[in-house]
Order: sequence, then C-alpha cells, then structure tokens
Amino acid sequence: MSQHAFFILSSYAVTALVVLGLILRAVVDHRAQAKALAELEARGIGRRSRRG
Amino acid sequence: MIRDLANPTRFMSLSGRLLPWVSGLAAILAGIGLYMVWFQAPADYQQGETVKIMYLHVPAAWLSLFFYMIMTSSALGTLVWRHPLADVSQKAAAPIGAAFTLICLVTGSLWGKPMWGTYWQWDARLTSMLVMLLIYLGILALWRAIEEPNRAARAVSILTLVGAVNVPIVKFSVDWWNTLHQPASVFRLGGPTIHSSMLVPLLVMAVAFTLVGVALHLSGMRTEILRRRVRTLTILEAERLDAQAA
Repeated sequence: MSQHAFFILSSYAVTALVVLGLILRAVVDHRAQAKALAELEARGIGRRSRRG
Repeated sequence: MIRDLANPTRFMSLSGRLLPWVSGLAAILAGIGLYMVWFQAPADYQQGETVKIMYLHVPAAWLSLFFYMIMTSSALGTLVWRHPLADVSQKAAAPIGAAFTLICLVTGSLWGKPMWGTYWQWDARLTSMLVMLLIYLGILALWRAIEEPNRAARAVSILTLVGAVNVPIVKFSVDWWNTLHQPASVFRLGGPTIHSSMLVPLLVMAVAFTLVGVALHLSGMRTEILRRRVRTLTILEAERLDAQAA
C-alpha cells in the first residue's frame, strides 16, 4: 500500500472532490432557481397574469 | 409511462418523491462498496493495492458512456419525437457525463503511472476517452452559447448525435487496435475474467455510482424545469412592464 499510496489516495480524493462538487452545484443551483421562482410568484407574475 | 412524464408538473411531483430514495440508496451502496474495497477485496497478484483504483475508474468509465447514451436518446427525443422533457434531460446529463469522464481519465492516469510507467499514452482507448471529454465540453459550451432553450436543444442534439459515433469507438478500441489498455474483463463474451472477490465490490461500486448519477440527473432536470419557469415568468414580467409603459 505505502509504495503506491499516493496514486491510490489521489484517485479517491479526486473522485470525492468531483462528486461532491457535482452535488454542491446541484444543491446551490436548485436553491437559486427555487428562490428566483418564489420571488417572481410573490410579485404576482404567473402564466395566468398574461390575460390580466 | 414516458407520455405521462411528458408533463413537467407530473415529472416534478414523481421525481420529488423518488429523489430522496435514490439518493439514500446511493449513499448506502457507496458505503457498503467502499467498505468492501478497503476491508475485504484482496490485492491483485500483479498490480498489488493499486487495483483499488479500478473500483473508481471502471464505474466512472461506464457512467461516462451511460450518460452519453442518455444524451443520445434524449437528442432523438428532441429532434424526432419532440418530447418536452428530452432537452431538459440532455442538458442535465451533460455536466454529469463530463465529470465522470474526467474522473475516468484522472484515475486512469494515476493507475497508469505505477503500472505502465507513464501517466499518459496516445493509444486508442485513452485517446478516444479524451475525445469523449472534449465532446462533452463542446456540448456544454454550446448550451451556454445559445440563449433560447429550444434553439440550443436542436443544435446540441445534432452535435450529440454526431458525437455518438465515438461511443462504439471507446468501447471497442481495445479490440480493434493494439492498445496499452487491457481488453474488457467484465462485459465480454464468455463472461467476466475477474475473480468474484473483486467482481462483487466492483459491481456494488458500479451500482452506487449509477444511483449517484441518476440522483444528480433527476435533480438537474428538476432545476432545469425551474430555470425555464423563471425564464418564462421573467419574459412575462418584462412584457407586462412594457405594456404598462406604453
């Protein structure tokens, strides 16, 4: 293990970073869009408001 | 079923119920898989402990192709059947596929150095995988370059279908050319050549990776639907303000 520890641990570290990055990006992006949508709806902007 | 899911509201409801279960199952399987890899799976008689890299590298490679296949079927859904969620699926799949392709290339490189004596070799499998990453990046760039979602979806669909030519090249490169990369040892005629003590943890990790990917895809699709609603309402608001000003 110790002979090749750098390569093995680096592989797991890179994978963890990339997957956690994907998860973080998904959570942050979803919250941002949900917040933007809630703000628009709170201002009374809806698809039905086109008629009015 | 697919027709039922064509309704974004129905999709949001169903995916909202599914997502916690898929995410939870992915986390449990990843935990079991990592335990098997680190505490049960034996070292390889030739590669020693570096074989632990296989449990990341191989599932990442499978998912790279899996997400490209999802994008290809979604591209057909956009161009041929005009399924309302097809381009949403395509857009959500691209960054996930690109990320798993990157993991595959980096872990492969880190595995290659101690085993082959080099981080990189321009052989058919490695090069076709690099081309796959470049196609993913091109698709992501195209999504960003065209603002109108429907126009972007059509352009991306064509690029995706052209890029699909690379999928069989990646898969069969080790058979068609003499490569440094080893041939297929799991999905092959005649069955897997890996011993069950390594095959089982590999399959557990592969299912865990797949569930992580599916959870991210569902989440990405839900976010994209919200993004399109925000875009529509923002345009409506601008139109209403214009009408009031006039």
